Amino acid sequence: MRHNRLAFVAVAASVGLIATACGGDDGGGEEAGGGGGETGAPALEGTGPITYVQGKDTSGFVQGVLDAWNAEHPDEEVTLIELPESADQQRAQMIQNAETESDAYSVISVDNVWTAEFAANRYIVELPEEEFPVDEMLPPVIDSARYLDKLYAVPTASDGGMLYYRTDLLEAAGIAEPPGTWQEMIDQCEQINATPEGQGVPCYAGQFEKYEGLTVNASEAINSAGGVVTDDEGKPNVNTPEAAEGLNFLVNGFTEGYIPAEAITYKEEEGRRAFMEGRLIFHRQWPYQYALANATDGSSPVAGKFDVAPLPGLDGPGASSLGGHAAAISTYAPNKASALEFIKFLTSKEQNQANFELASQTPIYTSIYDDPALIEKYPFLPILKESILNAVPRPKVVRYGDATLAIQEAAYGALTGEMTTEEALEQLQTKLEELTQ
Amino acid sequence: MATIEAPPTTPPAQEAPKRSIEDQRRLAAGLLSPTVLVLALVIGYPIIAGIRQSLFSTSQEVDPSGFVIEGEQFVGLDNYTAVFSGEAGERFWNAFYNTTFFTVVCVAIEVVIGVAMALIMNKALRGKGLIRASILVPWAIPTVVSALLWRWIFDANGIANAIINQQILWSTDGWQAKAAVIIADTWKTAPFIGLLVLAGLQVIPNEVYEAAKIDGATAFQQFRAITLPLVRPALLVAVLFRILDNLRMFDLPYVLVGPGKPSVETISILAFLENNNTRFGPAAAYAVLLFLYVVLVAYAFVKLLGADVIGEAREKTPKPAKGQRGLRPIARGDTP
Repeated sequence: MRHNRLAFVAVAASVGLIATACGGDDGGGEEAGGGGGETGAPALEGTGPITYVQGKDTSGFVQGVLDAWNAEHPDEEVTLIELPESADQQRAQMIQNAETESDAYSVISVDNVWTAEFAANRYIVELPEEEFPVDEMLPPVIDSARYLDKLYAVPTASDGGMLYYRTDLLEAAGIAEPPGTWQEMIDQCEQINATPEGQGVPCYAGQFEKYEGLTVNASEAINSAGGVVTDDEGKPNVNTPEAAEGLNFLVNGFTEGYIPAEAITYKEEEGRRAFMEGRLIFHRQWPYQYALANATDGSSPVAGKFDVAPLPGLDGPGASSLGGHAAAISTYAPNKASALEFIKFLTSKEQNQANFELASQTPIYTSIYDDPALIEKYPFLPILKESILNAVPRPKVVRYGDATLAIQEAAYGALTGEMTTEEALEQLQTKLEELTQ
Repeated sequence: MATIEAPPTTPPAQEAPKRSIEDQRRLAAGLLSPTVLVLALVIGYPIIAGIRQSLFSTSQEVDPSGFVIEGEQFVGLDNYTAVFSGEAGERFWNAFYNTTFFTVVCVAIEVVIGVAMALIMNKALRGKGLIRASILVPWAIPTVVSALLWRWIFDANGIANAIINQQILWSTDGWQAKAAVIIADTWKTAPFIGLLVLAGLQVIPNEVYEAAKIDGATAFQQFRAITLPLVRPALLVAVLFRILDNLRMFDLPYVLVGPGKPSVETISILAFLENNNTRFGPAAAYAVLLFLYVVLVAYAFVKLLGADVIGEAREKTPKPAKGQRGLRPIARGDTP
């Protein structure tokens, strides 16, 4: 009687323990230690069906692109796998796929800040740079897809910040040109607030909530004042007077009032609502807002009353942060040769132009920006090109997840007044040095 | 005269009952084993795997060629000591305080509101079924969805600010973030307590109240002396469930306020953030610590306050006679 129960418990416990022991190990130790990575791109072999993994397709045009490939390559059919809209969740799922060494993902759409992390952790494989027309792509964009001078992903779309401004309010105040420096912008706001049309309209906003967008805005402010977060070799150097001036532009905005208090809660969508409802004169935002704010179906009160300009900086034009996505091949994908061909198809110039016209995706080929026919149709193209050419990528750090949190801590603390700018930058420098050892 | 037949002889006392007990027990064990196996797999395995994971750590260092060093090493209790030391330690104790604070405050408010709701629902009203169903609607909405709803309400230009005519930035760090989380949580789960307490209230017979009224008890005295003691078992179970749920609170602070805000950061959030950065060892350590905390609280609750989670049925079954274990056949003279 007693041994029945004991036997029972023993069986159940051993099932549990055996299951744990079996499931536990990572395949980590299988590669020969860590040292001496591959020299030169490894041969990409294997043809067959592949998958394309990206975040939620909000414009609905990706399946059409895949169908075009499938019509020409019936033996190498590509299936679309959609991940959640949030960038953090996409990253988490891609990491999960790689950590479990699953072959479910072949070609993944990597945000350009994850390239270093994924490459260093061997989640993606090196690509043969000579097979891609890298000279025809905008230099900062292709640079963000490299890790240690080797190409790990091919850009599919870029993104840069622009200054949206209300043309009607500037006109009413008699101002001819959008501002080129921060001080000009503040002065213009004062003039506009003195006019009857512009009275009481808040001056400037960006994305200041404690999330990735704050890293973007803070890095932009620091870079636009001549400072850096990390230098070209990836070493942090943020505790400088220039960086302090840059961060102070945002900090003073809250204390002096040219940034409204509620902007501390703004992400992209809150800011877009504020701008479209006429509650902002100047707004730092991604290109996607252009089409939405120009909608003539009545959803946008500011349609036709705004334009875009390059971001202003401390003494001249500012530096926008470089957004964008790139296509990479997962290390555990079985059919890498097919995946490579698919990437060539996806990132071709014709496809890039189609993406721009259908879905407003920022192009990566220089010639698209210089095409006169397109410039006529989309007048903001030259400004967008300038923005991207002067763009500075976010810190290329392997431990990017921790780095961005450290930047957010410092920036948010300074913006809310919890610490002074100097304290914030000092703290950030220490943290980044720890992370980039 | 009719002959009275002798009563049938009873079988020998010891042999047959003992064998049938053995058989019954084996049958019971056999029938239960699939369930126990599934539970061991679904509950036992993750706990053991989590504890095992918390004893290992993956390297975060980059080797000279630029790649991250692979493989995990056994580090023993290093993950735990890292949790308690330095900046991580401060963050942990802050999260511990937040978790406890939310649990105590939210459950207290929910109990008050829930019991009030139950008392109101108990009165014979027309449309009782409809009222009960509609009160349960907040509970039926997934927590993440309700967090999004409340985030809209607590937006800087949202309804909350419009109604109270202030410009409070609810999602910024500080007491307002705590208040936002408490309001959203109470709205969602007070109905749950209300419903469980209502079930407990309905078991109380009306005669007790009538007797009390005859004796001249006021409504408050009736509540204090009759309702509360009789509804105590149901209330304690409801409170225990809520405490265990709130100790694990994650979605409300994460979605409503956002990660990285010290005033609402809970231990679950810390585990999640570590997990997101592929530091599975420390993430498991946080999870195991939370698990131990929850087990401690649950144990204390059951032992001290006597929350009868298994039910009073145990007291009602006849106690086995001395020398025997478990079931015994009903013999003549047993109380039903």
